[in-house]
Amino acid sequence: MIAKFYESLYRIRRVEEEVAKVYPTDKIKSPVHLSIGQEAVAVGVCEALRPDDIVFITYRSHAGYIAKGGNLKAMIAELYGKVTGSAKGKGGSMHLVDVANGIMGASAVVGTTIANSIGYAYGVKLKKQNNIVVCFFGDGATDEGVFYESMNFAALKQLPIIFVCENNGYAIHTAQAKRQAVPDIAAKAAIFGMPIERLGDDVLHLYERISTAVETLRSGGTGPFFFECETYRWKEHVGPSEDYNAGYRARTEAEPWMQQDQVQKFAMRLDPQQRQQIEQAVEIEIAEAFEFAENSPFPPDAELYDGVFA
Amino acid sequence: MNRNNVSYVDAISEATAQEMAYDPSVIVFGLDVDDHKAIQGTTKGLLAKFGPDRVFGTPLSEDAMTGAAIGMAMCGLRPIHVHIRMDFMMLAMNQLVNIAAKAHYMYGGQIRLPMVVRSMIGKSWGQGAQHSQGLYSFFMHVPGLKVVAPTTPFDAKGCLISAIRDNNPVIYVEHRILHFQKGPVPEELYEVGPGKARITAAGSDITLVGISHMQIECLRAKHYLQEKGINAEVIDPIWLSPLDVDTIAASVRKTGHLLVVDNDWPTCGASAEIMAAVTERLQGEMRFTVHRMGFANTSCPPTPSLEYLFYPNGRTVAAKAFDILKGSAQNWLPNERPDLKEIEFRGPF
Repeated sequence: MIAKFYESLYRIRRVEEEVAKVYPTDKIKSPVHLSIGQEAVAVGVCEALRPDDIVFITYRSHAGYIAKGGNLKAMIAELYGKVTGSAKGKGGSMHLVDVANGIMGASAVVGTTIANSIGYAYGVKLKKQNNIVVCFFGDGATDEGVFYESMNFAALKQLPIIFVCENNGYAIHTAQAKRQAVPDIAAKAAIFGMPIERLGDDVLHLYERISTAVETLRSGGTGPFFFECETYRWKEHVGPSEDYNAGYRARTEAEPWMQQDQVQKFAMRLDPQQRQQIEQAVEIEIAEAFEFAENSPFPPDAELYDGVFA
Repeated sequence: MNRNNVSYVDAISEATAQEMAYDPSVIVFGLDVDDHKAIQGTTKGLLAKFGPDRVFGTPLSEDAMTGAAIGMAMCGLRPIHVHIRMDFMMLAMNQLVNIAAKAHYMYGGQIRLPMVVRSMIGKSWGQGAQHSQGLYSFFMHVPGLKVVAPTTPFDAKGCLISAIRDNNPVIYVEHRILHFQKGPVPEELYEVGPGKARITAAGSDITLVGISHMQIECLRAKHYLQEKGINAEVIDPIWLSPLDVDTIAASVRKTGHLLVVDNDWPTCGASAEIMAAVTERLQGEMRFTVHRMGFANTSCPPTPSLEYLFYPNGRTVAAKAFDILKGSAQNWLPNERPDLKEIEFRGPF
């Protein structure tokens, strides 16, 4: 299990680092909101899911997409704007999607997909399917009215859904305490009568707690469940650089998170040979994905008008 | 049931019930769809027939419920989300414009959203500024949405069936006054599909395009114009997006004059779009004129004396058409004919 978790954590970290490295060359034709530092929540949650379970992700979606098993080649090609991308170059980094792997797409307009996720969960319940829905969103989304409307409906209809708030403390550059009269997101979910839990970014603990909720739903128990997971964004809001000199946050705030970096922690727990094998395999996978993106064509002109309607 | 005298309301409830029986993925929800009034009767009987999982009232949460409809469609359902008044759809604009309209394209064809959003436009008996708006042009503006505003009971049923079966989001607009219309409606399932307008009265002197309730006013205007020996052709676009420019342009090619009468403000509205599309089609080919009428450029006042002035009606439409054909203001306004009297919604609620 440690090896499997490490593989996923390492894959996300390294993909994001490669994206950051390539970004200045302007080969990536899409604004990227990197999830470096936030890998743990995505992995802890998605490792508790089956391939046919459904996730709704955010515009900072690379970690969730990769952790849920999204096609890496299609993701990088999408960032490059190539026709082989997950959305044929018509979505970009903020709208990654991979329906075959249960990734229902992300929205740039914060909070929007929370409402989509409850509708999907209603469908799952109505059709008596055995899969479950997980909705990822950030602390910023909980400023939006749709968050409250959606919590209410999910609780009212006892939907088979797990809400995962990735609280990185900022909506773009504005801290939670400057935006929220009561900066306690789990408490806001609790008023709708659903079980809440506050977690950090300890991957194994996340995995255990999410797994318990998953088992409850899988065995016919009622939802929803709400998890507020504290995490931290290491890079700037959008783009490949750091921004600790910008004035809105200090590096000292990030340092405790960097010291408990889950990627490093899991690396240390593996024997060096196993670790090397995992890393080598992932490096090949990433190199192939970027090569695939590089070598893929841009969409033909006819694609502009294709797919406005189904 | 006399199939030649079916109400618009019954046409909608019948279409819904038949489609729900035909396809178990069709569900209906919205505030009060399951109460004793059943959205003026348009959802009557559905709860008893299909149960509370497929027919349910919702919280007053237009934003989340629209988003939920999108999620349901992603999951393979065919949701019908009902708004008692179109004005409340403004609370759902993010979901409709940013996700519903874009999902199929933005997600590279991986996702399709078969969903219908029904809404009603109010008029008369003090509906006022926020119960009277015909805001369909907002949705016509956005690629990826289809918009339909049927006028007759026949089209109400056929368009709703077509909208439900469409694999794209369809904004289905009803006018509250049209709910009182009666006419022939076949019992069987049939579609009145996107992109086809209907010539509702043939003529040769001027083309009147009436949208939603204004279709009725245009048909009244045709009668008034006959007093002056004028033979107007009346067209119901039915589907506003995609719009059947061919049928309208062909009529104008014959009459040389276009008057679009909209159930909305003229500025940037459906009337502007129809005039522009016809002009693009016919300019350079022939001489013709284009004109429009719509709401007064104010918010809708509830007081009856001002509300009467706010809307075009059969007589004012006829007067405008007469001026157009004469080339100048004629100061003719036909006397109101009892047989053409406007239907009004009467309170109290």
